[in-house]
Amino acid sequence: MKLEKIGQILDAELLNGENCNIDIEVYTACGSDLMSDVISYGHEKDVLLTGLVNPQVIRTAEMMDIKVIIFVRGKRPTECMINLASEKGIILMSTKHPMFTACGKLYSAGVSGGSV
Amino acid sequence: MDNSLKLHYEIPGDDFALAGEASSNVKKILTQLGVNPAIIKRVSIAMYEAEINAVIHANGGTAEVEIDSNKVTIIIKDEGPGIPDIELAMQEGYSTASEAVRELGFGAGMGLPNIKKYSDNFEIESIVGKGTTVKIEVWLKP
Ligand SMILES: Nc1ncnc2c1ncn2[C@@H]1O[C@H](COP(=O)(O)OP(=O)(O)O)[C@@H](O)[C@H]1O
Ligand SMILES: [Mg+2]
Repeated sequence: MKLEKIGQILDAELLNGENCNIDIEVYTACGSDLMSDVISYGHEKDVLLTGLVNPQVIRTAEMMDIKVIIFVRGKRPTECMINLASEKGIILMSTKHPMFTACGKLYSAGVSGGSV
Repeated sequence: MDNSLKLHYEIPGDDFALAGEASSNVKKILTQLGVNPAIIKRVSIAMYEAEINAVIHANGGTAEVEIDSNKVTIIIKDEGPGIPDIELAMQEGYSTASEAVRELGFGAGMGLPNIKKYSDNFEIESIVGKGTTVKIEVWLKP
């Protein structure tokens, strides 16, 4: 699925689009506020949905080769986090939907949770 | 191998925002060297977990990294409280992380098991009251 479509489904705002290649396809996603879990179980995921806002969210995505972070429930990263993400080519988005709804919308639209 | 690359990093203990900088830098260098991405990911995860541990459990430390054509060797050393029972600490889910650390998204007790899982050779030495040294080796060749 095109990232643009994800943006439409979640009515999400792109936070660093000018600094990243946003013309990408995404297939898999995971949702978690626990970065330890993302590191342990978040392999081969293109998108991370999270309600956690701190620089380690960006670091975790970097180490796991996650391409897109979507902050749920209207949370917004700090300027410093946006700069770090842009430096690493990680796309940041923000949606007003809470975690459950955001994940459900993407799953219904065909984004996969990947293999267990 | 004759020429290896040696890197040294300070891991600050007082600024959680900086945790992961050393791992990030090593990841960048391995990418520039054209190392296989799957191997880079294993190095990145193992080193990041060890670096985070030095920050959240030991108030920071140092990382020595050596890259040659055969392997990456990472030694993360701290002068923190040490680990009284390493066998227990190695168990999946065991964590003494504070509530504050958990709120930052860490402390699931998967760090040491992950380091072991993603490295080809893993050694840990710890003396209570003196500190902890973690050695991670990942082979670059199959
Ligand atoms: N560098 C360290 N210094 C002191 N204690 C440590 C260190 N690394 C790990 N530990 C201890 O081992 C436990 C398990 O570590 P780990 O598997 O990384 O889980 P977590 O970091 O999520 O607690 C920690 O909770 C802590 O008690
Ligand atoms: Mg840990």
